[in-house]
Amino acid sequence: MKYKSQSVAKLYFVAAIALFVGQILFGLVMGLQYVIGDFLFPEIPFNAARMVHTNLLIVWLLFGFMGSAYYLVPEESERELVAPWLAKLMFWIFLIAGAATVAGYLLVPYAKLAELTMDDLLPTMGREFLEQPTVTKLGIVVVALSFLFSIGMTILKGRKTVVTLVLLIGLTGLAVFFLFAFYNPENLVLDKYYWWWVVHLWVEGVWELILGAILAFILIKTTGVDREVIEKWLYVIIAMTLITGLIGTGHHYYWIGTPDFWQWWGSIFSAMEPIPFFMMTIFAFNMVNRRRRNHPNKAAVLWALGTAVMAFLGAGVWGFLHTLAPVNYYTHGTQITAAHGHMAFYGAYVMIVLAMISYAMPMMRGRKAANSPSSQVVEMWSFWLMTVSMVFITLFLTGAGILQTYLQRYSDQPLDFMTVQDKISLFYWLREIAGVIFLIGLVLYVVSFFVGTDDPEAVEKIEVDAETA
Amino acid sequence: MSETFTKSMARNIFYGGSVFFFLLFLALTFASHQDFPSRDNHEALTETVAKGKRIWETHDCIGCHTLLGEGAYFAPELGNVYERFGNSTEAIKAFIKSRPVDGVPGRRSMPQFNLSDEELEQVAQFLKYASGIKTANNWPPNIKG
Repeated sequence: MKYKSQSVAKLYFVAAIALFVGQILFGLVMGLQYVIGDFLFPEIPFNAARMVHTNLLIVWLLFGFMGSAYYLVPEESERELVAPWLAKLMFWIFLIAGAATVAGYLLVPYAKLAELTMDDLLPTMGREFLEQPTVTKLGIVVVALSFLFSIGMTILKGRKTVVTLVLLIGLTGLAVFFLFAFYNPENLVLDKYYWWWVVHLWVEGVWELILGAILAFILIKTTGVDREVIEKWLYVIIAMTLITGLIGTGHHYYWIGTPDFWQWWGSIFSAMEPIPFFMMTIFAFNMVNRRRRNHPNKAAVLWALGTAVMAFLGAGVWGFLHTLAPVNYYTHGTQITAAHGHMAFYGAYVMIVLAMISYAMPMMRGRKAANSPSSQVVEMWSFWLMTVSMVFITLFLTGAGILQTYLQRYSDQPLDFMTVQDKISLFYWLREIAGVIFLIGLVLYVVSFFVGTDDPEAVEKIEVDAETA
Repeated sequence: MSETFTKSMARNIFYGGSVFFFLLFLALTFASHQDFPSRDNHEALTETVAKGKRIWETHDCIGCHTLLGEGAYFAPELGNVYERFGNSTEAIKAFIKSRPVDGVPGRRSMPQFNLSDEELEQVAQFLKYASGIKTANNWPPNIKG
């Protein structure tokens, strides 16, 4: 760690991991409710558990992005962070607001929460992923603006690199598009149209810029490949992201009362959305193959390669699976969507945050570059357990989705929703088992922070060149 | 990547491409707005319906159901529930009203929200309005949702 102020990232990373654990526990609750319908009913109805599951995901990823920015921006800008006290203050505000919101979801009926937080003054609640009370949303805006201020000022006052520039564009886009969360017209079609300006333009737009910037930073640090090469790749990848992803929003505009022309625009452009993800995979492997050093933090490199592969599979392949309008006509709003959502979020965003934590945390805990080999072994086990079980969660949900699509929508004698759900419950049980394995992987991940802390750290293996040997 | 393809070329593709396609996205959005009045069922958007949308939102219905295919996949699609229930708001109201407080042993069950008769009417009217939205190709594929 070169700059003292980078250490504020540690707070953000610890909170991110803690909330991640909470997210997975509620995921398991929901998974069980899928097969044992009255589990925890009526105390924690499915919709409450789902809000906690999805909102914790968003919040912990935001903590992860912010922590990553606070760590990498000083190093890239070659100066201390502007106003590190603000970063600490905002951390506590965000954490308390987040915890209070989740407590609200669990402790009072949602309608009561809306009443208590005076949602009628500016109604924004009750839309998927944007369930937070309006006052929480306002808090998010304050936190985002303060964050952008301290990151932006640090970048402006210091060395400007492509990594920080792309990160700043991504984070600014994140804040700007969030403002559409405050637009909630009575007209359902308009409501849905602009709801996607938050959701799609986040996860298939500006978040990918943040992902690209963090990945580029980790690859620069761990491979020693020339920055110029990496920055060129980064530009091309994010160019393809926005060229395909902006019009690609159209794949959400097929069946919600929007014009038919979106079926063409959406299909063609979103069919190209896997391209930037595939380029990212090629990029990561290429850079690691051309490495000029063997970074001792093998776990961080594993996460970086893992995110490149899993983002391509989850976002690219599983996205393409149901993105063409004629296919989506049958699959829209089924377990196919759930399958895609799980692997895409894990591959693209969970893994990049864990990659950054893996890279940065050892230094913030006083290591020179890496954890001890024993700690890394446990961390790499957690990588494989979580990644493989996520592959199975995705496969089981895909199986459920194919059957659901067939039985409910495609066959000559379509069946009722609940009849179909009963018929495919085997797949939900298997998904739940895979979820338990994921939790074991996550527990191991947490354990890895406490393993081998007194052991000497892993050292860089010097590769001997064939010619000099 | 080849040496003749420079970083500044890559940067220009990023800025040029992003700006161009964002403007194209805005143009398509403008074109969509021209089309909305013919399909968004705004004629049916009464005050009762607007209040019904609030009931829909403040009970987080989207946390279990889909509406026009968006939402959670735990409970049936409601964009066409009005038709599925025989074009009857009374049937929708009766269903919501009759949910058991403690659920159904071993089964998924909608919570008992204790809505007033007025609120029931509002949310039922909202679902009727939603069913009148003209989705492309008449999505969903059949009455089961």
